Amino acid sequence: MQTRKKYIFLTFLASWLLLFFFGGDQLRRFSFFSGRKAEARRNWPHWTDRSLLESFADPEELQSDGDPLLPSPRERRAARLSVYKNSGCRMETCFDFSRCEKNGFKVFTYPRERDQPLSESYSKILASIERSRYYTPNPAEACLFILSIDTLDRDHLSGQYVRNVDEKIRGFPLWNGGRNHLIFNLYSGTWPNYTEDLGFDIGQAILAKASFYTENFRPGFDISIPLFSKDHPQRGGERGWLYQDSIPPKKKYLLVFKGKRYLTGIGSGTRNALHHIHNGKDIVSLTTCKHGKDWEKHKDTRCDKDNVDYEKFDYQELLHNSTFCIVPRGRRLGSFRFLEALQAACIPVLLSDGWELPFAEAIDWSKAAVVGNERLLLQIPSAVRCIHPERVLAFQQQTQFLWDAYFSSVDKIVHTTLEIIKDRLLPHRSRSRFLWNTLPGGLLALPDFSTHLGDFPFYYLQRGSSPSAKFTAFIRAVSPAGSLSQPILRLIQAVSRSQYCAQILVLWSCEKPPPPSGKWPQTTVPLTIIQGRGKLSDRFFPYAAIQTDAVLSLDEHTSLSTSEVDFAFVVWRSFPERIVGFPTRSHFWDPEQRRWGYTSKWTNEISIVLTAAAFYHRYYHSLFTEFLPAGLRELVDGLAACEDILMNVLVAAVTKLPPIKVTQRKQHKETVSQQVACKDGDAGSPPVGERSPSPPRSPPAKVKGTAGMAGGRRFSQQQDCLNQLADWFGYMPLVSSQLRLDPVLFKDQVSVLRKKYPRLEKP
Amino acid sequence: IMCASAKYNTRGPALIPRMKTKHRIYYITLFSIVLLGLIATGMFQFWPHSIESSSDWTVEKRSVHDVPVVKLPADSPIPERGDLSCRMHTCFDVYRCGFNPKNKIKVYIYSLKKYVDEYGTSVSNTISREYNELLTAISDSEFYTDDVNRACLFVPSIDVLNQNALRIKETAQALAQLSRWDRGTNHLLFNMLPGGPPDYNTALDVPRDRALLAGGGFSTWTYRQGYDVSIPVYSSLSGEVDLPERGPGPRRYFILSSQMALHPEYRSELEALQAENGESVLILDKCTNLSDGVPAVRKRCHKNQVFDYPQVLQESTFCVVLRGARLGQAVLSDVLQAGCVPVIIADSYILPFSEVLDWKRASVVIPEEKMPEMYSILQSVPQRQIEEMQRQARWFWEAYFRSMKAIALATLQIINDRIYPYAAISYEEWNDPPAVKWSSVSNPLFLPLIPPQSQGFTAIVLTYDRVESLFRVITEVSKVPSLSKLLVVWNNQNKNPPEDSLWPKIRVPLKVVRTAENKLSNRFFPYDEIETEAVLAIDDDIIMLTSDELQFGYEVWREFPDRLVGYPGRLHLWDHEMNKWKYESEWTNEVSMVLTGAAFYHKYFNYLYTYKMPGDIKNWVDAHMNCEDIAMNFLVANVTGKSVIKVTPRKKFKCPECTAIDGLSLDQTHMVERSECINKFASVFGTMPLKVVEHRADPVLYKDDFPEKLKSFPNIGSL
Repeated sequence: MQTRKKYIFLTFLASWLLLFFFGGDQLRRFSFFSGRKAEARRNWPHWTDRSLLESFADPEELQSDGDPLLPSPRERRAARLSVYKNSGCRMETCFDFSRCEKNGFKVFTYPRERDQPLSESYSKILASIERSRYYTPNPAEACLFILSIDTLDRDHLSGQYVRNVDEKIRGFPLWNGGRNHLIFNLYSGTWPNYTEDLGFDIGQAILAKASFYTENFRPGFDISIPLFSKDHPQRGGERGWLYQDSIPPKKKYLLVFKGKRYLTGIGSGTRNALHHIHNGKDIVSLTTCKHGKDWEKHKDTRCDKDNVDYEKFDYQELLHNSTFCIVPRGRRLGSFRFLEALQAACIPVLLSDGWELPFAEAIDWSKAAVVGNERLLLQIPSAVRCIHPERVLAFQQQTQFLWDAYFSSVDKIVHTTLEIIKDRLLPHRSRSRFLWNTLPGGLLALPDFSTHLGDFPFYYLQRGSSPSAKFTAFIRAVSPAGSLSQPILRLIQAVSRSQYCAQILVLWSCEKPPPPSGKWPQTTVPLTIIQGRGKLSDRFFPYAAIQTDAVLSLDEHTSLSTSEVDFAFVVWRSFPERIVGFPTRSHFWDPEQRRWGYTSKWTNEISIVLTAAAFYHRYYHSLFTEFLPAGLRELVDGLAACEDILMNVLVAAVTKLPPIKVTQRKQHKETVSQQVACKDGDAGSPPVGERSPSPPRSPPAKVKGTAGMAGGRRFSQQQDCLNQLADWFGYMPLVSSQLRLDPVLFKDQVSVLRKKYPRLEKP
Repeated sequence: IMCASAKYNTRGPALIPRMKTKHRIYYITLFSIVLLGLIATGMFQFWPHSIESSSDWTVEKRSVHDVPVVKLPADSPIPERGDLSCRMHTCFDVYRCGFNPKNKIKVYIYSLKKYVDEYGTSVSNTISREYNELLTAISDSEFYTDDVNRACLFVPSIDVLNQNALRIKETAQALAQLSRWDRGTNHLLFNMLPGGPPDYNTALDVPRDRALLAGGGFSTWTYRQGYDVSIPVYSSLSGEVDLPERGPGPRRYFILSSQMALHPEYRSELEALQAENGESVLILDKCTNLSDGVPAVRKRCHKNQVFDYPQVLQESTFCVVLRGARLGQAVLSDVLQAGCVPVIIADSYILPFSEVLDWKRASVVIPEEKMPEMYSILQSVPQRQIEEMQRQARWFWEAYFRSMKAIALATLQIINDRIYPYAAISYEEWNDPPAVKWSSVSNPLFLPLIPPQSQGFTAIVLTYDRVESLFRVITEVSKVPSLSKLLVVWNNQNKNPPEDSLWPKIRVPLKVVRTAENKLSNRFFPYDEIETEAVLAIDDDIIMLTSDELQFGYEVWREFPDRLVGYPGRLHLWDHEMNKWKYESEWTNEVSMVLTGAAFYHKYFNYLYTYKMPGDIKNWVDAHMNCEDIAMNFLVANVTGKSVIKVTPRKKFKCPECTAIDGLSLDQTHMVERSECINKFASVFGTMPLKVVEHRADPVLYKDDFPEKLKSFPNIGSL
């Protein structure tokens, strides 16, 4: 009995043991156990003597971190020059800043040699630089040098590979070990391992290269550029494909890829795996084995079926209809696919480990792309599914902004490269990351104007601030002789009575000196005379005297009342990045002549606000003078009334929005254009009151006699101007608007006493 | 495992002989004890790590002197030196981190040990106060796990904050014998004072193989971008001295240098600046003749003048942070705390957390060679920018410098963001001070797009039972050229909508949606049927709007797709007597709202209204059956920071045969209710987002003396 009990007990015991050891795994999942586990989380102990612990460093030692035995800073700086060369290059060791001090940031391109063929892309790069405002033909004043040897394709199997580069550059007296040189490269290395070697010694030159591998990238020195095709437009560039912001982002596919699958060699690891995530529904990932000459040799079991599926889908169609696009590495790290996806607003999902992303020094890619990990391909579908619709929408918009700001043309890619280098020269006068990654982007926000965000017209909302409450009236006077015309006196009076007027500046654009101060009307606000240089572009010079955010630009013949000025200014405060003004013009595409047309007739749409009576932000003076190349300003100086159009085109190119027309008191008398100029006549501008109506399809310029002829000439010059500007920008930036802003009670059948701007309605 | 089975074995044999006793109760008791023992054993079996820790962790009240001692044999392995080519994709094992819904990495901390060499001499101080604070912070954070098997990142408890306080070779050996070391993969070391005489390396000299380094004082040559994390050198004054935030603005000195032991060459350059610019530059140094008991670190002197440190930093606009023997300086933390704008003069220094922080907003970096130009460079900084930089500097200190906890968490967050980039913290979240975050708006529709006209708009008519009026609205709206679809939201659960055959025949698809409950918010639901961006919300009694008026409204919306574009405008006013907001429906010169009885807006706002409306506003509106339009106006203005656009002269929705809606509008109680809505919403939003404007949009040629037939919108309607 005893033994039996003993055995029963032992069996019982053994079974318990077994149950526990083998079934423990299940038991562990019981809430009872996990609850206990959470309770028993073992944190870092609270030591009883933690307050007695010694500090990691003696405070005094921490605050006096010096060593008298160390070499002097000057010696240290001199020593590092010899240590950190070539692969260790940084701006402070390999770049000669002193070259940029005297003449600023000037770029020189080597003269092209006749026997030296240039690829299409490299010609475009050189053309971009030569068209830019930084170009100098004089090497003595240059800060940065660009070779005329085509270094884009350094794959020695390629037809465009240039031989003996080393020898050639050694022959250049300006080479100087590559100091202050910038070398562009799109392809380096070749089959099978595609190294980053360029096949010549770049020495201390800055390398702007596509498909940069982080390990070879000299941070703060080299620049990663995107891979672009030879068909990439020189300027302008196609706009992005996002036309609407839909929520939820209802595209047909969630994630797509269509491309080659490398059967062997570098990059094949990732591309071989891509087909795993294909589900045939919202995730389409198609690969083909067909590439190279001997693909059939390496062909595997999947190939035939894959190749068939591959043909079923169109790449462009996928690109247009997917929310996310996989951008895997190819043989090299970067691919055309990257820019294609960006343009298509298909959020790039990067699978290219170690790729230094294009312009990452400036661009915050986390706002526009999903940086995936090649090793975690299989997590990508769930990761992108988890991204919130609002975030997807923000991603999509950011891709479009970046595409348009930095990538859509060779000009933009090259200028971004140059601006990044320029920013390094004066760190205290450089763009913050915010500027680079917020509309309208770094190329259009000049740090030379200000480094303070509040000084720009673009960031009021993001900063929760508003533009200044006063404006500066800026009147261009061109009247001959030493006397003041009646219109300008009336204008000064009317403007100075505005409660928002801070000061009046008169730009005296005549050779004769301005009348003495006693002749000017007495005003409550300060009145300053600026002597112009007699050029039309003078009126947009960033005069230091303009201290308010808003500028009211006027011509001396403009006729405005105080309440018109007041109302327009109040409107401008709601739209500080646009031109807000009175008389307007419009542009149209003339299909017969295949060119842009310009009309001053009354139309249902407007796209240009004349700067003879318009409010805009003073930053546009800087942009006009600093950003546009000198050639464009010369064009404006040579054509009548072109500066108006250029200003409108410039602002539209920056904002992508139309200007705003505000209502203006109608003047029914035909103000015949007086030929008004101190010089030969063309500096004058037409009277800017609204003209009496002319039906839209009648011939232009209803002015008579000589004035009519002058008007006709001016009209054709304006048309020329418009077309030349469209050509320079590479597209037509002007945008049309169908609306006009009026006071809320404008011309309503309510008591005049109720109205704040009753004078606007008087005939 | 060894430890657990030993326990069982010692107790087990002693129990079995006693089983012979005949007492049943005794027998059962024994049985239960065995059972319990088994359970305990089983548990240990399946949590092997806990065995190791049980002795180290469970004792709550312990001193750091009681931690186990580990003896390192002289020949124990040393890791390779740090690998300069390491990047996340080459040296980091992401598989350990895995995909998880929270997108958080798991961090494990090794238990504290005291390491000694063969002769029993300790390798370093067991742990410093700061490192203990840092580990405590990690342990208290969401990142922490006590399960070594689930960890993605490992933090050794070996303190390497100060390289001069440890023995390099032995520390490396100690690292190498960590249980999961594996060449340092996924291990994170924190170091603030790297290098030592004579060459002062800019990264920790302890061989660490593939371990990540959070280091203070990296140069561009030692920093592995995207792999290492640059951290500040913690200043112990941060915790000791309470410097209240000082309002931005000009201060007594323009430039201040407070560092001691500066290289004489730097000092003479600074003195040259002072000689040139006089009083506005103050160069301080160590005090030589302080009385005993006064801590030297808390005083600075200029000639015979004594200043309190760090308080004196608050007296200056700019404060110089020069490199010393090392690049990272603790003074940077003090300077930021004082809200003084740091002027960083340390070539090739990687600023703390530079991967995420935009230092251009908080500091001025000047190349060493440009030191003589410092004064003019700083003078070129606009005053308003200086003020912002002062605020920004203070914010950086508060968020990322003030404690070891702040430093630790920022470091882990940066690593976390690399591993889960699609869930990363944004630039704005890292950089914007709370005041800016609060006052700024980030428009969700920020891209300037003018949607194509061809897309058209979807009209949504909310109706209950006014079928006749509804049909008239449908007929009228269908005349608008750009209408692409009509959606009737049938809000009456007790009555079926009319039969298909009875509905007016129109040229665009007409769809009826039946709702489950009669709620006002049904009008703002983002129905899948809405395929256009533009939505026209229209009441079932709005028949007075002309086709031109509606078409023009749509054209205006296209130019302002992120705004509410409507017809009659309303205004909010501050009632000074009652000290609260008031609703105004008089015909004023200003508008801040438009009625949604007929208004165009982006479909996105339907989505926001339904899912992102702050507080209880949505339910409140449904319960009160009022003010859904005011709520929509608040929502749009709050998220975009922009005003509404009122189009055309239309002042009210009135029609001869309409029911007393307008009569109701004039009703006093109605006005009171509407005012209450505004006050309620303003308090929920915490601000008054509505923007007042004085303009409305009319067609370009509106009321111009011009042939009507040539105008695009000749029939724009009346008041």
